[in-house]
Amino acid sequence: MLGHFKRKKKELPAINTSSLPDIVFMLLFFFMVATRLRETEVKVKQSLPKATEQEKLEKKDLLSYIFIGSPASEFQDEFGSAPRLQLNDRIATVDEVQAFVASEKAKMPPELANKIIIAIKCDKDADLGILSDVKTELRKANALKITYITLRGLEN
Amino acid sequence: MAKKITEINASSMADIAFLLLVFFLVTTEIDIDEGINVVLPPWTDEPPPDVKQNNRNTLAVLVNSRNELLVEEERFEVEELRDYTKKFIMNNGRDPEMSDSPQKAIVSFKGDVGTNYDTYIQVYNELRGAYNELRDDLTRQKTNGRKKTYLALDPLSRDSIIRDEIKDILPIRLSEAEPTDFSANK
Repeated sequence: MLGHFKRKKKELPAINTSSLPDIVFMLLFFFMVATRLRETEVKVKQSLPKATEQEKLEKKDLLSYIFIGSPASEFQDEFGSAPRLQLNDRIATVDEVQAFVASEKAKMPPELANKIIIAIKCDKDADLGILSDVKTELRKANALKITYITLRGLEN
Repeated sequence: MAKKITEINASSMADIAFLLLVFFLVTTEIDIDEGINVVLPPWTDEPPPDVKQNNRNTLAVLVNSRNELLVEEERFEVEELRDYTKKFIMNNGRDPEMSDSPQKAIVSFKGDVGTNYDTYIQVYNELRGAYNELRDDLTRQKTNGRKKTYLALDPLSRDSIIRDEIKDILPIRLSEAEPTDFSANK
Protein backbone atom coordinates (compact mmCIF):
# COMPACT_ATOMS: atom_id res chain seq x y z
CA MET A 1 0.00 0.00 0.00
CA LEU A 2 2.77 2.38 0.96
CA GLY A 3 4.74 1.48 -2.15
CA HIS A 4 1.72 2.10 -4.35
CA PHE A 5 1.34 5.60 -2.90
CA LYS A 6 4.95 6.54 -3.57
CA ARG A 7 4.79 5.45 -7.17
CA LYS A 8 1.72 7.55 -7.87
CA LYS A 9 3.39 10.67 -6.56
CA LYS A 10 6.31 10.36 -8.96
CA GLU A 11 4.04 10.01 -12.04
CA LEU A 12 3.53 13.13 -14.19
CA PRO A 13 -0.02 14.41 -14.09
CA ALA A 14 -1.80 13.82 -17.39
CA ILE A 15 -2.60 16.98 -19.41
CA ASN A 16 -6.29 17.49 -19.54
CA THR A 17 -7.20 17.34 -23.22
CA SER A 18 -10.94 17.27 -22.78
CA SER A 19 -11.34 20.78 -24.24
CA LEU A 20 -9.34 19.94 -27.36
CA PRO A 21 -12.34 18.46 -29.20
CA ASP A 22 -14.28 21.65 -28.46
CA ILE A 23 -11.63 23.79 -30.11
CA VAL A 24 -11.39 21.48 -33.08
CA PHE A 25 -15.16 21.36 -33.43
CA MET A 26 -15.29 25.12 -33.47
CA LEU A 27 -12.83 25.19 -36.38
CA LEU A 28 -14.76 22.39 -38.02
CA PHE A 29 -18.04 24.29 -37.89
CA PHE A 30 -16.38 27.37 -39.33
CA PHE A 31 -15.17 25.43 -42.36
CA MET A 32 -18.44 23.55 -42.72
CA VAL A 33 -20.34 26.83 -42.93
CA ALA A 34 -17.83 28.58 -45.19
CA THR A 35 -17.37 25.66 -47.55
CA ARG A 36 -18.56 25.02 -51.01
CA LEU A 37 -17.62 21.57 -52.16
CA ARG A 38 -15.30 21.45 -55.10
CA GLU A 39 -17.44 19.62 -57.59
CA THR A 40 -15.01 19.01 -60.37
CA GLU A 41 -11.34 18.64 -60.98
CA VAL A 42 -10.27 21.25 -63.49
CA LYS A 43 -8.23 19.62 -66.21
CA VAL A 44 -7.45 22.74 -68.26
CA LYS A 45 -5.06 25.57 -67.42
CA GLN A 46 -6.80 28.35 -65.59
CA SER A 47 -5.03 31.65 -65.29
CA LEU A 48 -7.86 34.15 -65.28
CA PRO A 49 -7.61 37.68 -66.69
CA LYS A 50 -7.95 40.73 -64.47
CA ALA A 51 -10.67 43.32 -64.86
CA THR A 52 -12.39 46.07 -62.90
CA GLU A 53 -16.02 46.05 -64.00
CA GLN A 54 -17.11 42.67 -62.70
CA GLU A 55 -19.84 42.01 -60.16
CA LYS A 56 -20.02 39.43 -57.38
CA LEU A 57 -22.00 36.38 -58.45
CA GLU A 58 -24.25 35.74 -55.52
CA LYS A 59 -26.89 33.51 -57.13
CA LYS A 60 -24.79 30.37 -57.00
CA ASP A 61 -27.72 28.06 -57.67
CA LEU A 62 -28.11 29.59 -61.14
CA LEU A 63 -24.49 29.16 -62.16
CA SER A 64 -23.10 26.44 -64.40
CA TYR A 65 -19.43 26.47 -65.24
CA ILE A 66 -17.65 25.96 -68.54
CA PHE A 67 -13.86 25.89 -68.38
CA ILE A 68 -11.74 26.82 -71.38
CA GLY A 69 -7.99 26.56 -71.70
CA SER A 70 -5.11 24.38 -72.81
CA PRO A 71 -5.21 20.93 -71.21
CA ALA A 72 -2.99 20.70 -68.12
CA SER A 73 0.42 19.09 -68.70
CA GLU A 74 -0.66 15.64 -67.45
CA PHE A 75 -3.53 15.55 -69.98
CA GLN A 76 -1.63 16.91 -72.96
CA ASP A 77 -0.65 13.47 -74.23
CA GLU A 78 -4.31 12.62 -74.58
CA PHE A 79 -5.83 15.94 -75.66
CA GLY A 80 -2.99 17.98 -77.18
CA SER A 81 -2.01 21.50 -76.24
CA ALA A 82 -4.56 23.53 -78.21
CA PRO A 83 -7.26 25.20 -76.03
CA ARG A 84 -10.16 22.87 -75.22
CA LEU A 85 -13.28 23.19 -73.14
CA GLN A 86 -14.25 21.20 -70.10
CA LEU A 87 -17.83 20.38 -69.18
CA ASN A 88 -18.39 18.83 -65.77
CA ASP A 89 -15.30 16.71 -65.21
CA ARG A 90 -14.23 15.83 -68.72
CA ILE A 91 -12.72 17.55 -71.69
CA ALA A 92 -15.40 17.87 -74.35
CA THR A 93 -16.01 19.23 -77.81
CA VAL A 94 -18.07 22.25 -78.79
CA ASP A 95 -20.95 20.06 -80.10
CA GLU A 96 -21.60 18.83 -76.57
CA VAL A 97 -22.38 22.29 -75.19
CA GLN A 98 -26.07 22.17 -76.08
CA ALA A 99 -26.55 18.81 -74.36
CA PHE A 100 -24.64 20.12 -71.36
CA VAL A 101 -26.93 23.16 -71.05
CA ALA A 102 -29.99 20.93 -71.30
CA SER A 103 -28.73 18.62 -68.56
CA GLU A 104 -27.82 21.59 -66.32
CA LYS A 105 -31.29 23.03 -66.82
CA ALA A 106 -32.84 19.68 -65.96
CA LYS A 107 -30.97 19.65 -62.65
CA MET A 108 -32.46 22.98 -61.63
CA PRO A 109 -35.98 23.61 -60.30
CA PRO A 110 -38.20 24.26 -63.35
CA GLU A 111 -39.04 27.83 -62.35
CA LEU A 112 -35.35 28.72 -62.31
CA ALA A 113 -34.27 26.82 -65.43
CA ASN A 114 -34.74 29.81 -67.74
CA LYS A 115 -32.63 32.03 -65.53
CA ILE A 116 -29.55 29.86 -65.92
CA ILE A 117 -26.25 31.76 -66.00
CA ILE A 118 -23.29 30.16 -67.73
CA ALA A 119 -20.05 31.14 -66.03
CA ILE A 120 -17.15 30.99 -68.46
CA LYS A 121 -13.79 30.42 -66.83
CA CYS A 122 -11.42 30.98 -69.68
CA ASP A 123 -7.66 30.97 -69.58
CA LYS A 124 -5.78 34.17 -70.48
CA ASP A 125 -3.89 32.46 -73.27
CA ALA A 126 -6.92 30.99 -75.01
CA ASP A 127 -8.11 32.66 -78.20
CA LEU A 128 -11.43 34.07 -79.25
CA GLY A 129 -12.10 31.27 -81.77
CA ILE A 130 -13.12 28.61 -79.26
CA LEU A 131 -14.92 31.17 -77.09
CA SER A 132 -17.07 32.39 -79.96
CA ASP A 133 -17.90 28.79 -80.94
CA VAL A 134 -19.07 28.17 -77.37
CA LYS A 135 -21.09 31.39 -77.40
CA THR A 136 -22.81 30.40 -80.65
CA GLU A 137 -23.75 27.02 -79.15
CA LEU A 138 -25.06 28.76 -76.02
CA ARG A 139 -27.23 31.02 -78.15
CA LYS A 140 -28.60 27.98 -79.96
CA ALA A 141 -29.28 26.34 -76.58
CA ASN A 142 -31.07 29.53 -75.46
CA ALA A 143 -28.77 30.09 -72.49
CA LEU A 144 -28.26 33.79 -73.10
CA LYS A 145 -26.98 34.97 -69.77
CA ILE A 146 -23.28 34.44 -69.47
CA THR A 147 -20.56 35.84 -67.27
CA TYR A 148 -16.81 35.94 -67.80
CA ILE A 149 -15.13 35.05 -64.52
CA THR A 150 -12.29 37.47 -63.89
CA LEU A 151 -10.08 38.48 -61.01
CA ARG A 152 -10.30 41.92 -59.49
CA GLY A 153 -7.38 44.17 -60.23
CA LEU A 154 -5.57 46.10 -62.89
CA GLU A 155 -3.51 44.47 -65.59
CA ASN A 156 0.29 44.48 -65.16
CA MET B 1 -14.85 4.07 0.34
CA ALA B 2 -16.04 6.95 -1.88
CA LYS B 3 -17.64 5.85 -5.10
CA LYS B 4 -15.38 6.66 -8.03
CA ILE B 5 -17.06 8.39 -10.93
CA THR B 6 -16.13 6.68 -14.16
CA GLU B 7 -14.92 9.10 -16.81
CA ILE B 8 -15.65 8.57 -20.49
CA ASN B 9 -12.45 8.52 -22.43
CA ALA B 10 -12.82 11.41 -24.84
CA SER B 11 -9.33 11.41 -26.28
CA SER B 12 -10.45 9.88 -29.59
CA MET B 13 -13.08 12.57 -30.00
CA ALA B 14 -10.35 14.99 -31.06
CA ASP B 15 -9.16 12.53 -33.69
CA ILE B 16 -12.61 12.24 -35.18
CA ALA B 17 -13.06 15.99 -35.20
CA PHE B 18 -9.63 16.46 -36.78
CA LEU B 19 -10.49 14.01 -39.50
CA LEU B 20 -13.65 15.94 -40.38
CA LEU B 21 -11.78 19.23 -40.12
CA VAL B 22 -9.11 18.10 -42.57
CA PHE B 23 -11.79 16.95 -45.00
CA PHE B 24 -13.48 20.35 -45.01
CA LEU B 25 -10.15 22.18 -45.14
CA VAL B 26 -9.23 20.32 -48.30
CA THR B 27 -12.57 20.65 -50.05
CA THR B 28 -13.28 24.26 -49.11
CA GLU B 29 -13.42 27.19 -51.49
CA ILE B 30 -14.17 30.35 -49.60
CA ASP B 31 -13.91 33.03 -52.25
CA ILE B 32 -16.97 34.02 -54.26
CA ASP B 33 -16.42 34.23 -58.01
CA GLU B 34 -16.76 37.56 -59.71
CA GLY B 35 -17.60 38.02 -63.35
CA ILE B 36 -18.51 40.42 -66.12
CA ASN B 37 -22.15 39.78 -66.98
CA VAL B 38 -23.12 39.65 -70.62
CA VAL B 39 -26.46 38.91 -72.27
CA LEU B 40 -26.14 37.23 -75.64
CA PRO B 41 -28.55 37.97 -78.49
CA PRO B 42 -31.02 35.14 -79.23
CA TRP B 43 -30.06 32.76 -82.01
CA THR B 44 -31.51 33.35 -85.47
CA ASP B 45 -30.74 31.51 -88.66
CA GLU B 46 -30.78 34.68 -90.75
CA PRO B 47 -27.50 36.51 -91.02
CA PRO B 48 -27.36 39.60 -88.78
CA PRO B 49 -28.16 42.93 -90.44
CA ASP B 50 -25.13 44.79 -91.71
CA VAL B 51 -24.13 47.52 -89.31
CA LYS B 52 -23.10 50.55 -91.31
CA GLN B 53 -19.56 51.19 -90.22
CA ASN B 54 -19.62 54.83 -91.31
CA ASN B 55 -22.74 55.65 -89.36
CA ARG B 56 -22.01 58.41 -86.86
CA ASN B 57 -23.93 56.57 -84.18
CA THR B 58 -21.77 53.47 -84.38
CA LEU B 59 -18.42 53.26 -82.69
CA ALA B 60 -16.53 50.50 -84.44
CA VAL B 61 -14.07 48.81 -82.08
CA LEU B 62 -11.92 46.15 -83.65
CA VAL B 63 -9.25 43.91 -82.21
CA ASN B 64 -7.22 41.99 -84.77
CA SER B 65 -5.38 38.69 -84.45
CA ARG B 66 -2.18 40.49 -83.40
CA ASN B 67 -4.10 41.95 -80.42
CA GLU B 68 -4.01 45.46 -81.87
CA LEU B 69 -6.90 47.76 -81.08
CA LEU B 70 -8.51 49.76 -83.85
CA VAL B 71 -11.22 52.32 -83.11
CA GLU B 72 -12.90 53.86 -86.15
CA GLU B 73 -9.98 52.46 -88.17
CA GLU B 74 -7.35 54.22 -86.10
CA ARG B 75 -4.80 52.64 -83.79
CA PHE B 76 -5.67 53.07 -80.12
CA GLU B 77 -4.15 52.09 -76.82
CA VAL B 78 -6.44 50.26 -74.38
CA GLU B 79 -5.93 53.05 -71.81
CA GLU B 80 -7.38 55.67 -74.16
CA LEU B 81 -10.46 53.66 -75.01
CA ARG B 82 -12.58 54.40 -71.92
CA ASP B 83 -12.42 58.19 -72.21
CA TYR B 84 -12.96 58.11 -75.96
CA THR B 85 -16.03 55.85 -75.57
CA LYS B 86 -17.47 58.16 -72.90
CA LYS B 87 -16.97 61.15 -75.17
CA PHE B 88 -18.58 59.28 -78.05
CA ILE B 89 -21.68 58.30 -76.06
CA MET B 90 -22.23 61.69 -74.42
CA ASN B 91 -21.59 63.67 -77.60
CA ASN B 92 -25.27 64.67 -78.02
CA GLY B 93 -24.74 65.83 -81.60
CA ARG B 94 -21.88 68.25 -81.00
CA ASP B 95 -19.16 66.55 -83.01
CA PRO B 96 -20.52 65.44 -86.42
CA GLU B 97 -18.33 62.31 -86.27
CA MET B 98 -19.83 61.13 -82.99
CA SER B 99 -23.25 60.04 -81.74
CA ASP B 100 -26.50 62.03 -81.84
CA SER B 101 -27.56 60.97 -78.37
CA PRO B 102 -26.72 58.30 -75.77
CA GLN B 103 -29.90 56.44 -76.73
CA LYS B 104 -28.80 56.15 -80.36
CA ALA B 105 -25.12 55.40 -79.74
CA ILE B 106 -24.06 51.85 -80.46
CA VAL B 107 -20.69 50.43 -79.57
CA SER B 108 -19.90 47.66 -82.00
CA PHE B 109 -17.13 45.34 -80.88
CA LYS B 110 -15.50 42.85 -83.15
CA GLY B 111 -12.62 40.50 -82.51
CA ASP B 112 -10.74 37.99 -84.58
CA VAL B 113 -10.62 34.24 -83.96
CA GLY B 114 -6.92 34.64 -83.22
CA THR B 115 -7.42 37.41 -80.66
CA ASN B 116 -6.10 36.60 -77.23
CA TYR B 117 -8.79 36.21 -74.58
CA ASP B 118 -6.90 38.45 -72.15
CA THR B 119 -6.86 41.33 -74.65
CA TYR B 120 -10.52 40.76 -75.43
CA ILE B 121 -11.43 41.04 -71.75
CA GLN B 122 -9.29 44.18 -71.32
CA VAL B 123 -11.09 45.88 -74.20
CA TYR B 124 -14.52 44.67 -73.14
CA ASN B 125 -13.78 45.81 -69.60
CA GLU B 126 -12.99 49.34 -70.81
CA LEU B 127 -16.16 49.55 -72.91
CA ARG B 128 -18.29 48.37 -69.99
CA GLY B 129 -16.35 50.69 -67.71
CA ALA B 130 -17.24 53.66 -69.89
CA TYR B 131 -20.95 52.86 -69.58
CA ASN B 132 -20.67 52.13 -65.85
CA GLU B 133 -18.85 55.40 -65.14
CA LEU B 134 -21.43 57.41 -67.09
CA ARG B 135 -24.23 55.68 -65.21
CA ASP B 136 -22.50 56.35 -61.90
CA ASP B 137 -22.14 60.05 -62.78
CA LEU B 138 -25.82 60.23 -63.61
CA THR B 139 -26.70 58.46 -60.35
CA ARG B 140 -24.79 61.03 -58.30
CA GLN B 141 -26.51 63.83 -60.22
CA LYS B 142 -30.00 62.42 -59.76
CA THR B 143 -29.63 61.55 -56.08
CA ASN B 144 -27.64 64.70 -55.19
CA GLY B 145 -24.70 62.57 -54.17
CA ARG B 146 -26.72 60.31 -51.86
CA LYS B 147 -25.82 57.22 -53.88
CA LYS B 148 -22.36 56.98 -55.35
CA THR B 149 -22.83 54.18 -57.88
CA TYR B 150 -25.57 52.88 -60.12
CA LEU B 151 -25.31 49.45 -58.53
CA ALA B 152 -26.01 50.96 -55.11
CA LEU B 153 -29.53 51.80 -56.31
CA ASP B 154 -31.58 49.00 -54.84
CA PRO B 155 -34.14 47.80 -57.41
CA LEU B 156 -36.48 46.80 -54.58
CA SER B 157 -36.59 50.23 -52.94
CA ARG B 158 -37.99 53.53 -54.24
CA ASP B 159 -34.62 54.08 -55.91
CA SER B 160 -35.87 51.73 -58.62
CA ILE B 161 -37.57 54.73 -60.31
CA ILE B 162 -34.23 56.50 -60.61
CA ARG B 163 -32.66 53.23 -61.73
CA ASP B 164 -35.18 52.82 -64.54
CA GLU B 165 -34.77 56.46 -65.57
CA ILE B 166 -31.01 56.04 -65.87
CA LYS B 167 -31.52 52.83 -67.81
CA ASP B 168 -33.70 54.75 -70.30
CA ILE B 169 -31.29 57.66 -70.63
CA LEU B 170 -28.19 55.49 -70.88
CA PRO B 171 -29.03 52.09 -72.32
CA ILE B 172 -26.01 49.82 -72.67
CA ARG B 173 -25.93 49.22 -76.40
CA LEU B 174 -22.81 47.20 -76.68
CA SER B 175 -23.12 44.81 -79.58
CA GLU B 176 -20.69 42.10 -80.42
CA ALA B 177 -20.16 40.84 -83.92
CA GLU B 178 -18.99 37.37 -84.81
CA PRO B 179 -15.18 37.40 -84.91
CA THR B 180 -13.56 37.57 -88.31
CA ASP B 181 -11.88 34.41 -89.47
CA PHE B 182 -9.28 34.97 -92.15
CA SER B 183 -7.85 31.49 -91.84
CA ALA B 184 -11.12 29.96 -93.10
CA ASN B 185 -11.08 31.96 -96.32
CA LYS B 186 -7.70 30.77 -97.51
